[in-house]
Amino acid sequence: MSVRVLLPNAFQKHTNNVREISSTAANLPELVTEIEGKFPALRQHLRGEDGQIRRFINFYVNEEDIRFLGNEKYAFKDDDEILVIPSIAGGCC
Amino acid sequence: MTTAYDLRCRECGKSYGIQPLSICDDCFSPLEVTFDLEYARSRFTREAISNGPLNMWRYRALLPVPDSYDPQTPAGFTPLMKAPRLGQHIGATNLYIKNDAVCLPTLSFKDRVVAVALANAKEFGFDTVGCSSTGNLANAVAAQAARMGLKTFILVPADLEPAKILNTQVYGATLVRVEGNYDHVNRLCAQIADRYNWGFVNVNLRPYYAEGSKTVGFEIAEQLGWRLPDNIVCPMAGGSLITKIRKAFKELVALGLVEDRPVRFFGAQATGCSPISTAVKNNTDIIEPQRPNTIARSLAIGNPADGPYASRAIRESGGWAEDVSDVEIVSAIQELAETEGVFTETAGGVTTAVTARLYAHGRIKPDELTVSCITGNGLKTTDCLQGAYEQNQAIRPRLTDFENFVEERNSINQALSFLGESYVS
Repeated sequence: MSVRVLLPNAFQKHTNNVREISSTAANLPELVTEIEGKFPALRQHLRGEDGQIRRFINFYVNEEDIRFLGNEKYAFKDDDEILVIPSIAGGCC
Repeated sequence: MTTAYDLRCRECGKSYGIQPLSICDDCFSPLEVTFDLEYARSRFTREAISNGPLNMWRYRALLPVPDSYDPQTPAGFTPLMKAPRLGQHIGATNLYIKNDAVCLPTLSFKDRVVAVALANAKEFGFDTVGCSSTGNLANAVAAQAARMGLKTFILVPADLEPAKILNTQVYGATLVRVEGNYDHVNRLCAQIADRYNWGFVNVNLRPYYAEGSKTVGFEIAEQLGWRLPDNIVCPMAGGSLITKIRKAFKELVALGLVEDRPVRFFGAQATGCSPISTAVKNNTDIIEPQRPNTIARSLAIGNPADGPYASRAIRESGGWAEDVSDVEIVSAIQELAETEGVFTETAGGVTTAVTARLYAHGRIKPDELTVSCITGNGLKTTDCLQGAYEQNQAIRPRLTDFENFVEERNSINQALSFLGESYVS
C-alpha cells in the first residue's frame, strides 16, 4: 500500500525542493514521523515547542479535511492523495 | 516615502520585507503587515486625512501600497447611518449601520481589500490575478482587474448564486466553477498559487489585501467625529474583518487620533456554519472545522483562516459571538429593509439577526453606541427571498380599480390587526 503526499512550497526550503513523496505510512502519525525522518530539517519547523504539529498545518485526504475522517485514527488507503497545506488562507470577512 | 511597513509572521515575528508571500517558512503561520507607526505619526493625521479623497485612499498612509501607486479604484467611504427604526424594533437607542451594501464598484466591502491587493499585484509585476471566492470577492476582483488591465482566474463553488456568477463574468473574468464548497475551492486555489506565478488576492497577496479591511474601522471612527464606539457587530467568514477593525482602532489610538476606550467586538455567523462562534462560546482559540450548510453562502467557510485570531480578539475585548438560523437570516434581511431602507445580502441578515439577539439577551445595553457592519448588497442574493412576496393581481388603469385595491388591503390589515399581527408592505 502506498499513498502520494504533496508538500507545499513553504516546506521546500527544508526538503531540498522536494514537492512530492510516496509513503507506506498507515496513518497520519506514521506519515509525520516518516516525513520528519526523510527531512530532518523540517522537524523543528513542523512542531511547536510543545512537540505538537503546529495548528496552522492542515492535512487533507483526497478532497476531505482529515479531521472529518477521524484525524489520527484514519487508516490510509492505497492511492490516497495526502495534501499538506499550511495556514490555508482565504475567507470573506 | 509616505508609508513604512513590512511583512511579519503573526506567531514567531520573523520579518519578510515586502514580497508576495503569506506564510512563514519557519513556523508556517500566517504573515501580517506591520506598520512603523512612529513613521506614520506625522503623515496619518486628522488634517491630512480630511484633505484626502472621499474614498478609502484618504487613509493610504496606513495602507500597504507603494508610494508611486496612483489609485485607480475609489472604493469605500460608505455611509454610517443612525438606525432608529431598526433600533425601536430590537430595543436599541444608539444603533448605527455601516453600510457597505453600497461600497463601490461592486457593492460589497470586498472592494476595499481588493483595491489594496491589486495595487500590490501591479507593484510585484503580476499580469494575472485570481482568488477563491464565495462571490463578493469574485465580483470585486473581476471589476477592479478589468479597470487595471489585469487578466483574471477566479475560482468559485459551482452552486454559487447566479447573480454573483453573472456579476463576475460581465467584467470578462475567467470564471472556474469548482465542485464542492468554499473550503474545497480554497484548497485548490492554494495549490494553484504554489504552481503558477500569479497574484492570488487571498493567498500570496493576502497580507496586503487584509489591511484594506482596516478602512472600515478608520471610517467608523472618523464618521463618529473621531471617537470609538462601545460595540462593533461584525459578520465572520474567514474571521479577518473583525480583527482588522480592531487593528484599525488600535492604530488610531496609538497615533492619538481618537481617545482610548474599550470597544467590545461581537461576531456573527450562521448556525449552519459557525466554527468561530462555537469557539467563542467554548472560550477557546481552537477552531473545529465544520461542513457548511447555510443560505449565507458568503459566510460559509468551515475552516476559517483567521478564526483563532477572531475568537481571541472577541474574547479579549469582552465581546461575544452568536449564530442564527436561515429563517432568522431572511427575516432580518426584511426587517432591515423595512425599517432602514437598506437591502442587504444574507451575510447582512446574519449580522442584523445577531445584533437583535445581542440586545435581546442583554449582552448589549440599549444606550451603548453600537455599529452593526453590513458588508454586502441584497441584489446579489435575491434567491433567498424567492416566494416571500405574493405578486398582486394587476389592476386596470382605472381609479375605481385602485380604490377597490386600497379597500381590499385595508380590510386585510384590519383583520390582521384584530389577530394581533400586522401586514407590512
